[in-house]
Amino acid sequence: MGIQTPNGFNLDNSGKRIVVDPVTRIEGHMRVEVNVDDQNVIRNAVSTGTMWRGIEVILRGRDPRDAWAFTERICGVCTGTHALTSVRAVENALDIKIPENANSIRNIMQLALQVHDHLVHFYHLHALDWVDVVSALSADPKATSQLAQSISSWPLSSPGYFKDLQTRLKKFVESGQLGPFKNGYWGHAAYKLPPEANLMAVAHYLEALDFQKEIVKIHTIYGGKNPHPNWLVGGVPCAINVDGVGAVGAINMERLNLVSSIIDRCIEFTEQVYLPDVMAIGSFYKDWLYGGGLSGKSVMAYGDIPERANDYSPSSLKLPHGVILNGNLKEVMPVDLKDPNQIQEFVTHSWYKYPDETKGLHPWDGVTEPHYELGPKTKGTKTNIEALDEEGKYSWIKSPRWKGNAVEVGPLARYIIGYAQNKAEFKDPTDKLLKDLGLPISALFSTLGRTAARALECQWAADQMRHFQDKLMATIKNGDSSTANTEKWKPESWPRQVKGVGFTEAPRGALGHWVKIENGKIDNYQAVVPTTWNGSPRDPKGGIGAFEAALMDTPLADPNQPLEIIRTLHSFDPCLACSTHVMSEDGQEMTKVTVR
Amino acid sequence: MGETSRTLVLGIGNILWADEGFGVRAVEAFHRRYRLGDDVTVLDGGTQGLYLVNFLQEHDRLLVFDAIDYGLTPGTLKIVRGDEVPKFTGAKKMSLHQTGFQEVLSAADLLAAYPKDLALIGCQPLDLEDWGGPLTEPVRTALEASLEAAVDILAEWGITVEPREEAGEPLLANDIDFTAYERRIA
Repeated sequence: MGIQTPNGFNLDNSGKRIVVDPVTRIEGHMRVEVNVDDQNVIRNAVSTGTMWRGIEVILRGRDPRDAWAFTERICGVCTGTHALTSVRAVENALDIKIPENANSIRNIMQLALQVHDHLVHFYHLHALDWVDVVSALSADPKATSQLAQSISSWPLSSPGYFKDLQTRLKKFVESGQLGPFKNGYWGHAAYKLPPEANLMAVAHYLEALDFQKEIVKIHTIYGGKNPHPNWLVGGVPCAINVDGVGAVGAINMERLNLVSSIIDRCIEFTEQVYLPDVMAIGSFYKDWLYGGGLSGKSVMAYGDIPERANDYSPSSLKLPHGVILNGNLKEVMPVDLKDPNQIQEFVTHSWYKYPDETKGLHPWDGVTEPHYELGPKTKGTKTNIEALDEEGKYSWIKSPRWKGNAVEVGPLARYIIGYAQNKAEFKDPTDKLLKDLGLPISALFSTLGRTAARALECQWAADQMRHFQDKLMATIKNGDSSTANTEKWKPESWPRQVKGVGFTEAPRGALGHWVKIENGKIDNYQAVVPTTWNGSPRDPKGGIGAFEAALMDTPLADPNQPLEIIRTLHSFDPCLACSTHVMSEDGQEMTKVTVR
Repeated sequence: MGETSRTLVLGIGNILWADEGFGVRAVEAFHRRYRLGDDVTVLDGGTQGLYLVNFLQEHDRLLVFDAIDYGLTPGTLKIVRGDEVPKFTGAKKMSLHQTGFQEVLSAADLLAAYPKDLALIGCQPLDLEDWGGPLTEPVRTALEASLEAAVDILAEWGITVEPREEAGEPLLANDIDFTAYERRIA
């Protein structure tokens, strides 16, 4: 029995149900249930999660100039992105203009976060879905060296280097403390890399772990500290004095040069390690092009990285802006975050209550009233669900939709939109990557495509850091060192009642904050985050979200070890999910895996 | 020999999530009360997960404040040392990126940067689900004893702390410091 969704998927929940349930209670508990047919191909997917909620409760009555500090705590990885989105929302509400230098510095910080997040995501949270650590132990170091040298000029590639690393790895594994590598499906049939490629990837896993400390120095310098850098409504909190000396006080020449050298190293690492690794890994997975889901149909990006301060129009934004629906790459439609009829959140299948649940609410008018009830076909109890009823309410995540349509957000969405807009900086590297792998354009719409787009974007972001650092230096040399506009700092200068919206492209997709300010205090505050778009449950019309769509039609080599599910979900860099275990239909725990 | 030992006093957790904020609130209070030498870093690690591994590389002793869910009476402090620490940390996985502090320690180990001295001051939470809620009474009460425990452990490591005579720059500002965060808003 199949159900045709309005966004083009055929759902059939008659086959065996597999529950992948992460048990760990992080700021999100994610669970996926799928039905497979007798060939173990996924024919129905149900994604559920707990989402952080209630930021509006925390922020109501607070000073809008401090909201960034609260939103920075929502998430351990998007800290700076939430803070930037928040200051933009408040500036939008109060019509505050920031200086050019502040725009450049904010862009550099946001781009540094992109580079950092993409690198850490790929090597430490996602690579092990493609790379078999245990297989690396049987690699020949000499052959590994030859492989590494054949794909890159990166200097750390001698046979001795890989031999030492292998010895260290062996010791680590033999000590029984697999640490970050524990609970993997090592030896699974869906791993395709030869031992040498696995060993090379593990080497770069460690190098990336070490290298990240360089990237965050950019936040320490421009944000005053790290973790949790400082932000400021009206600009950036760091003053510039090129003639200053020392490591404290205003930004001086010495520190500007330090940022510059870190940017060079980011470019180098991305070009010589990250991209070649993605290409090398991709070449072994060319036949595994599952996981495209919504990406070939409907995608959305708000855009980000304004070239000109205070100009958030698509012509100023260097990351693409727009929506593509139903795979029509010929038409990219603009998004208006203020239009009450465009972005709306639905709760038909979410554990919240609306007065009328056939309708969605625009975030400015958003309400978050929890209402936990399960559909009649649920198996199990309210506290121990064995199988969800996707016809009822089944997730703590709301369903945001653009004009009623489910869309995918993230690096792949951005690259598809940039490609459709014929922007050379997105289209050319994509074409080259596909050509080098010998794949058609349609291969982009896949889990592999999502992973590749993130690598391409990392390179783009590193290059853009260079652009804005040069721009900043040029402006300073011309005698302009202003970094903040404090004209409207005092609440007495604000209108009694205003509202605003701020947006960014977080590493994992479009992020928006909507704020209402009354008498100098926050009256309402709503954030719609990328994982809400991608991880949303069904909408009133039955349209499925990006996670659910991406799992459809994927064959599982072994339903008891659903590596393919984990791989595709990780490719979104979701902001929830954790340690998972697999349950059989009768609720028996079958397998446990730590999802990274 | 002769190298100076560097010590990291780290608080981890999410301040927006009731007792999950214990670690950060403890390190905030510790910083407010005591002045330390240049060889000690006091850090609000928030929910940074794997990103914290680089701080472990830069220090060789580590004292961590964290909420631990070990089924004890709420507010009970549990002091754990050395190899026992990885089993205890992280009442919740601390980061949205799924890396608990165990993984941070393992990653440090892989980078040959495992702390030579390691201690955890854990506190049993009462409520981890109250989004936006304050520390509960038992955990708030335990803060004081947790600071004393920290002073003792540092003393064992040969580090003396001095009470501040005047207020220093706070660890958390912009309305998310303990007092401001917990005040009632009309």
